[in-house]
Amino acid sequence: MNRMKSLIKISLFLVVLVTMTSCRKDSAPNYQFMPNMYESVGYETYSESNAFANGVEAQLSAEGTISRGHSLFEYDNTIEGYTLAKENLKSPLDSTQVDMANAKVLFDIYCGICHGVKGDGQGNLVKREKILGVPKYDDAGRAITEGSIYHAMYYGKNAMGSYANQLNEKERWEVVSYVLKLKADLEK
Amino acid sequence: MRQVIHCKLSSSFLSLALILLLAFSTSLSAQEGDPAKGKSLFNANCAACHQLDKKMTGPALRNIETRIQEDAGLDRVWLAAWIRNSAGVIKSGDAYANKIFNEYGGTAMTAFPQLSDADINDILAYTAEVKAEPVAAPAAATQASGNNGVSNELILGALAILFMLLAFGLFLVNKTLRRFAAAKDIELPDTQRTPLWKAFAQNQFLVLVTSIFLLLASAYFVYGYLMQIGVDQGYQPVQPIHFSHKIHAGDNAVDCKYCHSSARVSKTSGIPSLNICMNCHKSIYEYKGETSVEYSKEFYDGEIKKLYAAAGWDDAAQQYTGNSQPVKWVRIHNLPDFVYFNHSQHVSVAGIECQTCHGPIEEMEIVSQFSPLTMGWCINCHRTTNVKVEDNAYYTKIHEALSKKYGVDKLTAAQMGGLECGKCHY
Repeated sequence: MNRMKSLIKISLFLVVLVTMTSCRKDSAPNYQFMPNMYESVGYETYSESNAFANGVEAQLSAEGTISRGHSLFEYDNTIEGYTLAKENLKSPLDSTQVDMANAKVLFDIYCGICHGVKGDGQGNLVKREKILGVPKYDDAGRAITEGSIYHAMYYGKNAMGSYANQLNEKERWEVVSYVLKLKADLEK
Repeated sequence: MRQVIHCKLSSSFLSLALILLLAFSTSLSAQEGDPAKGKSLFNANCAACHQLDKKMTGPALRNIETRIQEDAGLDRVWLAAWIRNSAGVIKSGDAYANKIFNEYGGTAMTAFPQLSDADINDILAYTAEVKAEPVAAPAAATQASGNNGVSNELILGALAILFMLLAFGLFLVNKTLRRFAAAKDIELPDTQRTPLWKAFAQNQFLVLVTSIFLLLASAYFVYGYLMQIGVDQGYQPVQPIHFSHKIHAGDNAVDCKYCHSSARVSKTSGIPSLNICMNCHKSIYEYKGETSVEYSKEFYDGEIKKLYAAAGWDDAAQQYTGNSQPVKWVRIHNLPDFVYFNHSQHVSVAGIECQTCHGPIEEMEIVSQFSPLTMGWCINCHRTTNVKVEDNAYYTKIHEALSKKYGVDKLTAAQMGGLECGKCHY
């Protein structure tokens, strides 16, 4: 009888130990010490908020306004706008203002994945047959110019999406210069 | 004479046969083309806007030649003219060309003057291929991985049963021995000793040592518990859309900064907005990579559908419906509000790899927090990491002054002031 009791005690202890260790769930955050010092009082990036109709803190700037550091882009997101930009739009940067080393870094991150680091349409996603038909920059039928490159980057073109929110205006124009350099290299 | 006629006849017959053969062979090659060559040409030139069985920027192209033949009575010559210069065909007032042009919202097809007749034949041969039926997924691989888990459980179960049998056997042996003893009238030694706990309680030294040990042990565990409060290392929440960093950053080698672009320039690394997903997923509508039992192709395709629903993308019509839903991603890495941390300082200025703090993200199917993100962890890294000053004019002067002061060649982040309280707490 005595032995039976100790057995029960031991098993009880084991059960408690197992439940205590298995209670730690990785899918829930841990306890916080004084949460009012952890949680931000002000609006944090991406937080939910009742202040706006769609419940999201991140909002688009009001219509008709231009955010600080941005400027007006006068060409429309249409075929006509594209043709107009192709003929008329010129880079505001001269050659001294373009940091080619930085442009290469940006190009390799944002464009190289599809267009290839040489601009030959053989990026990693193309090689792995995830996205196909990425043109070379020296494609005669397209005959890209600095204006058309910028327009395509700003609004996207066909299957390509817009990169206006990943690159700012100066970075976009730097990448345009780099694309033109790659195009010249391919045409050699 | 007769012979001569015969000779003439045969020669004319031969030439006729030759002409026939030539005509037949050219028409044969025009009909057939080389589908393999056509595939590579199609992938290089057409696949940006066309797929065989799915509408993209342009129409689906499976059996395009027979379809336009049936629909509009147009032939290969018309197709070749369209491919080489679609704008010209539209301008010439061709009814079918204008119909297609307007149907696809006036998107002009790029001209391909460089494609020869043979190239176009190859491409058309590729589009005329019969659609391959999806092959049943090989079950062997999945079976094997499933087997592995089952066998582990089996071994554990067998071990448990073995131990139980052993305990039961010992119990039986004890019982039988006692019965033997009783049967042979052997007096078992009297077990009426002082109980153990009484003997223990009477020994004051033992009681003292045990209580000190218990106190120390509990202090150790209490300290351990208190120190992990607010530390979320290993936190691995379930996200509303299953996003595999392993597939994106690992298998496909998409740069971290492609999606987390604001890590270059701002305080936060940024949760990518859905338009960044759609940059690629406009074209990638199904998963073709390796699968497992838990993560099947259907599972991944379902997650892409969730993305389309959230972004308001109608995949069949290839356009946005304008009806989008914000995705409630669960934040994993979260510093307390009283700590300032800036991603751009670490990513762009210091050039630290994302993996230094976030661990092997490119191998994580579900992301978990790799680092503890405690102050001790920050400080340790600042003490051991040298500041990257090469080619950075911003640091030249202060580096000279401070390295003279500390008498070292390379300054650590701590020696540059990386331990100042006010750098992170203000």
